[in-house]
Amino acid sequence: MTDPLLGKEKTVAQDWAIETIGMSRRFGDFVAVDQLDLRIPHKTIYGFLGPNGCGKSTSMRLITGLLTPSAGSVRVLGMDIPEQAELLRRRLGYMTQKFSLYDDLTVQENLRFMAQIYNLESRSVKQLIDSQLSRYQLDERKTRLAGALSGGQRQRLALAAATLHQPELLILDEPTSAVDPENRRDFWEKLFDLCDSGTTILVSTHYMDEAERCHGLAIMESGVKRADGAPAQLMRELGARVVEIDGENLRLLKQQLGELPEVVSTAQQGTHLRVLIKESIDEPESWLRTTHPALVANRQIHAVRPSLEDVFVHCTGSNAADGQGARQ
Amino acid sequence: MNAFSQSLQRIGAIVFKELRQLTRDRPTFGMIVMVPLIQLLLFGFAINTNVRDLPVGVVDLSHTQTARALISDLTATQVVSFTETYQTPKQAEDAIRRGHVHAVLVIPEDFGQRLQDQRPIAQWLIDGSDTMVGNALLALQQMPFASGFEAQPIARKNTFEVALFFNPERRSAINIVPGLVAIVLTMTMVMFTSAALVRERERGNLELLITTPVRSSEIMIGKIVPYIFVGLIQVSIILGLGHLIFDVPINGRLDQLVLGVFAFISASLTLGLLVSTIAKTQLQAMQLTVFLLIPSILLSGFMFPYEGMPKAAQWIAEALPATHFIRMVRAIVLRGATLEDLQPDLWWLIGFTVLGVIAAASRFKKRLD
Repeated sequence: MTDPLLGKEKTVAQDWAIETIGMSRRFGDFVAVDQLDLRIPHKTIYGFLGPNGCGKSTSMRLITGLLTPSAGSVRVLGMDIPEQAELLRRRLGYMTQKFSLYDDLTVQENLRFMAQIYNLESRSVKQLIDSQLSRYQLDERKTRLAGALSGGQRQRLALAAATLHQPELLILDEPTSAVDPENRRDFWEKLFDLCDSGTTILVSTHYMDEAERCHGLAIMESGVKRADGAPAQLMRELGARVVEIDGENLRLLKQQLGELPEVVSTAQQGTHLRVLIKESIDEPESWLRTTHPALVANRQIHAVRPSLEDVFVHCTGSNAADGQGARQ
Repeated sequence: MNAFSQSLQRIGAIVFKELRQLTRDRPTFGMIVMVPLIQLLLFGFAINTNVRDLPVGVVDLSHTQTARALISDLTATQVVSFTETYQTPKQAEDAIRRGHVHAVLVIPEDFGQRLQDQRPIAQWLIDGSDTMVGNALLALQQMPFASGFEAQPIARKNTFEVALFFNPERRSAINIVPGLVAIVLTMTMVMFTSAALVRERERGNLELLITTPVRSSEIMIGKIVPYIFVGLIQVSIILGLGHLIFDVPINGRLDQLVLGVFAFISASLTLGLLVSTIAKTQLQAMQLTVFLLIPSILLSGFMFPYEGMPKAAQWIAEALPATHFIRMVRAIVLRGATLEDLQPDLWWLIGFTVLGVIAAASRFKKRLD
């Protein structure tokens, strides 16, 4: 995939929080990240959306300098990575997929440890830790061992630790995979607070609702960026039309529709079937009624607004090649 | 299918799962072969209570032909091998204290006259701190010797007079207790450091640490320092209780002892760091520790005299920090030697530590690739 703007914008020195050009990483024969171009503006929340093993974590490790790219260039906060990775570490907060603070230290001890690792001034540290504890609702649990916390509390502790040194860039690798929906919503409120106070946030997820909250989004699959843009824009420019069909025998209908070349994908959602139909069909409902009357007889058909999941389905899997073609 | 064969099937499923996992854990799989192989070789070579060719010295004050005949008779027993010559008994005692030789034969000026009467003809000065070495030399006490000039064989009670230094009662505790310091430290220091680093990696703590400004060398040093204190506590317990309960003397200076212990703890911790850069799990770290511990017990001179071992086993022993430390700790604690007397062993431990830390830090990269 080539970006027609790339050549032009290269000469205009715009300041991106993260800029990668052709970033690739191979492990032996396996290409984990393939020619990834990213431009992430300051003070935004940018999401990597994709299935497990699509290269999200590898991309994050390339951006933090934990891995060396096999090809391409990476610039983060104006620094060349991995050459200046050590310099970046002071301005970077990182939250791993797995809880990686110490289970056998208390909440307070963990935060104090991280403060010392980042050489924060010892006079202000106590105040700083107290404010983090109250911001992330951990006051009452500050003397508890981290290992005894619930999933949501651990997550808040990890975020409190990662933001203790007020990093300009915060990288979160599937931060909410072990957290219930309510805590997840809560967690995102905290991310918006951080973003509001000037932090750039890069987050990976495989939840659609989380991805939809991001300012910008890259949909990834097998190490390749399939689509990127603001979620609203991605949904608007889906390149396919979405209808919902209800009635009986949806399993059979799904199978029959799936065989039609004009149908991109079908997915059952409770009592109706969500169907993506190629953009070339202008009026999907009348097209179905006239060309396949037997299939949709006695069924209601609604045209609906595309969701992010539709975008995801449309540009990944076997639809990827078609999707890309339609988009450009 | 009846209940019994169902049970068999379930057991079979677990057996095959277990075997499959075992073959995928390469280091553990390797241990299955290596442990019996190495053990067999170590025990076979090291357990040799028949001490041969002990390096000893001689002070010949008589300067006679007969004295030389005595020396060659003693050499012929193959128990001792005369490697050093000293001018005075004082020099000889010094050499024993420094650990250069285990014993010195002093042939007196009146050697000729002694041959004619029933008195012992010469004296052995023996380092008794290693009881096995002491026993081997004591066995020579009644070796018959005739110069060929006597009119008739003289019935002597003892051919040699013996002065057993440092451990006159020949109590084995005196030999074992200082040696035990080396074994306990090898065990705990190597295991603690290796497990401590591997644990951080296993639990994912390291993934977070490497994204912070902390340097690899800082992680290494930070991990080592607490265990230096742990080691010093252990040494105090062993030597303190050894002194109180088993009456093990502490003849050397305490500052010399602490410095020697410090050098050995550093070398052992370095060994632990090296293990941690190889082992992927805590179980593997434990296995590798045991793997290092066995030769440290068998070859270091802790259980069997170094001199009794074949050359190849001695080379392996020289590579182990425990061997050098056992020499040092016995010399300082029992013989009152100073580090100045023990420079080769001290420098070896320091060199091992420096090279080991460099090797460990270069293997432990802050990057993941």
